[in-house]
Amino acid sequence: MLRFVVRRLVGMVFVLFAVSVLTFLVFNVIPNSDPAVRMAGRQANESTIEAIRREWGFDEPLHVQYLTTMEKVLTGDLVSQFTQLNVMDEIAKGLPRTFSLAIGAAIMWMLFALALGLYSALKAGKVADRLLTILALIGISMPVFWVGALMNHYLGFKAGLFPNGGYVPLTEDPVQWAYHLILPWTALSLLFIGFYSRVLRSNVLDTINEDFVRTARAKGLSERRVLLKHVLRNSLIPIVTLWGLDVGAVIGGGAILTETVFSIQGVGQYFGDAIAQLDVPPVLAVTMLVAFFVVLLNAIVDIAYAALDPRIRLR
Amino acid sequence: MSHLLEVEDLEVSFRTEEGVVRAVDGVSFHLDRGEVLAIVGESGSGKSVSVMTLMGLTRSPNARFSGSARLRVGRPGEGDVTVGSEVELIGASDEVLRRVRGKDIAMVFQDPMTSLNPVLRVGDQIAEQILAHEDVSEAEARERVVALLERVGIPRPAERARAYPHEFSGGMRQRAMIAMALSCGPSVLIADEPTTALDVTIQAQILDELKQLRDSGEAGVILVTHDLGVVAEIADRIAVMYGGRIVEEGTLDEIFYDPQHPYTWGLLGSIARIDRPRPERLPAIPGLPPSLHDPPEGCHFRPRCPHEFGRCAQTPPLEARVPGVGGHRDRCWLDCEAKRERRVVADGQIGLAPKEAAAGRRDG
Repeated sequence: MLRFVVRRLVGMVFVLFAVSVLTFLVFNVIPNSDPAVRMAGRQANESTIEAIRREWGFDEPLHVQYLTTMEKVLTGDLVSQFTQLNVMDEIAKGLPRTFSLAIGAAIMWMLFALALGLYSALKAGKVADRLLTILALIGISMPVFWVGALMNHYLGFKAGLFPNGGYVPLTEDPVQWAYHLILPWTALSLLFIGFYSRVLRSNVLDTINEDFVRTARAKGLSERRVLLKHVLRNSLIPIVTLWGLDVGAVIGGGAILTETVFSIQGVGQYFGDAIAQLDVPPVLAVTMLVAFFVVLLNAIVDIAYAALDPRIRLR
Repeated sequence: MSHLLEVEDLEVSFRTEEGVVRAVDGVSFHLDRGEVLAIVGESGSGKSVSVMTLMGLTRSPNARFSGSARLRVGRPGEGDVTVGSEVELIGASDEVLRRVRGKDIAMVFQDPMTSLNPVLRVGDQIAEQILAHEDVSEAEARERVVALLERVGIPRPAERARAYPHEFSGGMRQRAMIAMALSCGPSVLIADEPTTALDVTIQAQILDELKQLRDSGEAGVILVTHDLGVVAEIADRIAVMYGGRIVEEGTLDEIFYDPQHPYTWGLLGSIARIDRPRPERLPAIPGLPPSLHDPPEGCHFRPRCPHEFGRCAQTPPLEARVPGVGGHRDRCWLDCEAKRERRVVADGQIGLAPKEAAAGRRDG
C-alpha cells in the first residue's frame, strides 16, 4: 500500500511538469504574436512592452522563457498588469472562499447523488425512476449562471430568505458562513447531482446483477445490507473518480460562473475577471493552480480506490 | 412419511419481450438427509432455475411461480423452532425467505470466480452469514470461520481468512464458497454445477467435500450438473430434466443401467469415453433443445426423438413404467419392453438410435 502511494505521488510530479509546459506553450508560444505586447495590455506604451519583454525573457530561447515563467509562478513574483497587485496575494485571499464553496457543494452533491441514484436504481423503470431521470436531465441542462441568477433574484432579493451574495468567513461566524453559501452550494450542486445520480444509477444496475450479489442474498442477508455493503461499495468507484476531478477543478477556481453570480470573490471570480481583461499573469497562475488541484485530487482518489478495491493495489 | 424437502408441481415462467417463457413446467422431487439428488440436463433445461427458485433467487417483477416447496426446518435441541415444522418456500415473504436462506438451505454457485465479493475479505464474507443468522459475537464468528476453512481443506486458515478473493485460486474460492454454505449447518445444500469451472483434481476434492457432508447425515445435497461423470461418482438418485420438465427419475443404477427415456439414452450415449478408440465426431443428440417460448405440444423431446409416434402429441405423465420398480419413473409413452428393445447398446454403452435406422425399423 505504501509503495502504491509513493508511486502515485511520483507520477503526480511528472503530470504537473507536463501540464506546466503545456500551459506555458498555450499562453506564450502558440498565439504566434509578441507575448510581451499581449501581456502589456491594450493601452501600453513601447517602454512598458520593452520592460516586460526583458523581465519575462521573451527575447531569449524558449527553454529560458519557460524557466523564467516557472520561476515567477513558483516564487509568487507575478504581478497583474492591470491592477499592479501581486497575483499570489489575490489568489491567497480568494482560496478560503473558493474552498468553502467547493467543500460544501461537493458534500452536498455527493450525498444527494448517492441517495437519488440508489433510489432511482432500485425503482428502475417505475414512475419514481422516470421522474428522477427527468429531474436529473433538467439539472444537467440548466446553466449554473441562470439558476444562480434566478435563485439570487427570487429567494435572495425578492423573498429575502437568503443574503444576496457575499461571503462571511467561517472563522468569523460559522452560521452566517453557511447561510451565505447555501444558495451557491445548491446552484453549483444541481448539475453534479443530476450527472452523478445518473452514473450511480447505471453502476448500481450493473452491480446488482453480479453473481456475488446473488451470493449475498443467498446468505440470508437483509436487502438493506446487500445493497449498502455489497452493491453500493462496488458501484462507488467510478463516482469517486468523477468526484475527485470535479472537486479539484472547483477548488482550483473552476467555478467561475457560480462565484461571479453570487459575488463570492474567490479564485474563480478572480480568474473570470482576469480572462475578461486579458490579464495574462493571473490567468497563467490560476490555470496551473486548477491543474495542480485536479492532479492532487486525482492522486488522492486513486489512493482512496485502493482502499475501496483491494485488487487495485496490485497494479 | 414426510421428506426433508418436498417440491410439488413447481412452475416458473418469465415474461419476456418475445413472450412468456415456461422455464420450469411442473417439476416435483423430494430430498432427504444423507442423500445426493442429482438434477441433470443440458443448458436451458430448467435445472438451475428450479433450484434457484427454492432459494427465492429468481424472484423478479417478470417472474411467475406456482406449486409448492416445503422444507422441514428445525433440528432436535433447538429451542425456538418446533421440530419438524415446515416452511413453504414458494411465495414465502421476504423475511421468511431471508431467515431460511443460508441457515436451512444454502447454495454453492457455478462460478467461484465471480460469486465472491471482490472488495471484501473472504473470512468476513463467511462471518457475515453466521452473524446474519445467529446471535454470536464477531470474535466467535471469526473463530468459526477459521474452523470452517480448515474443514474444507484450506491451508493456514487463520491467515487465509484475511485474504481477498483475488488472492485465492479458483479451487480455494469454491472451497470458501462451500465453507460459507456450510457455515450455519444447513439441512439442504444446493450445489449448482459446483465443479464446472474447476480442473479435475480440484473437482475431485470438491466432490469429496459433498460426499462427506452427505455421509455425515446432517444434510441432503441437490447437485445440479450436466456432467454425468460427476453424477456417477456421487449421486444417489437422479432426476433428468428436459425442456423444463423432469423426464426421468430413479436411482443411480436405474438411470445408468436401465434408462427408460429416449432423452436419457441420448444423454448417456453422448458421454465421451477415454477407454474406447477415439470416434471421428463426439456423439451428440441431433437437433436443438426446445424453445421454451413455444415448446412442442406433448412430449418436449418429440422433435428430436427417433421413436416418436402418434401418442407423443399428448404429454406423457411422469409414471413408474418399469414393472416392480416404483421409484423409477419416466415421461415416455412406450412401455418398458419396447424401450429396452429400442435403445441401442453399442460396446457396452447405451445410446439413442439414429433417426433413419429407427424410422426404417418402425416401417418394416
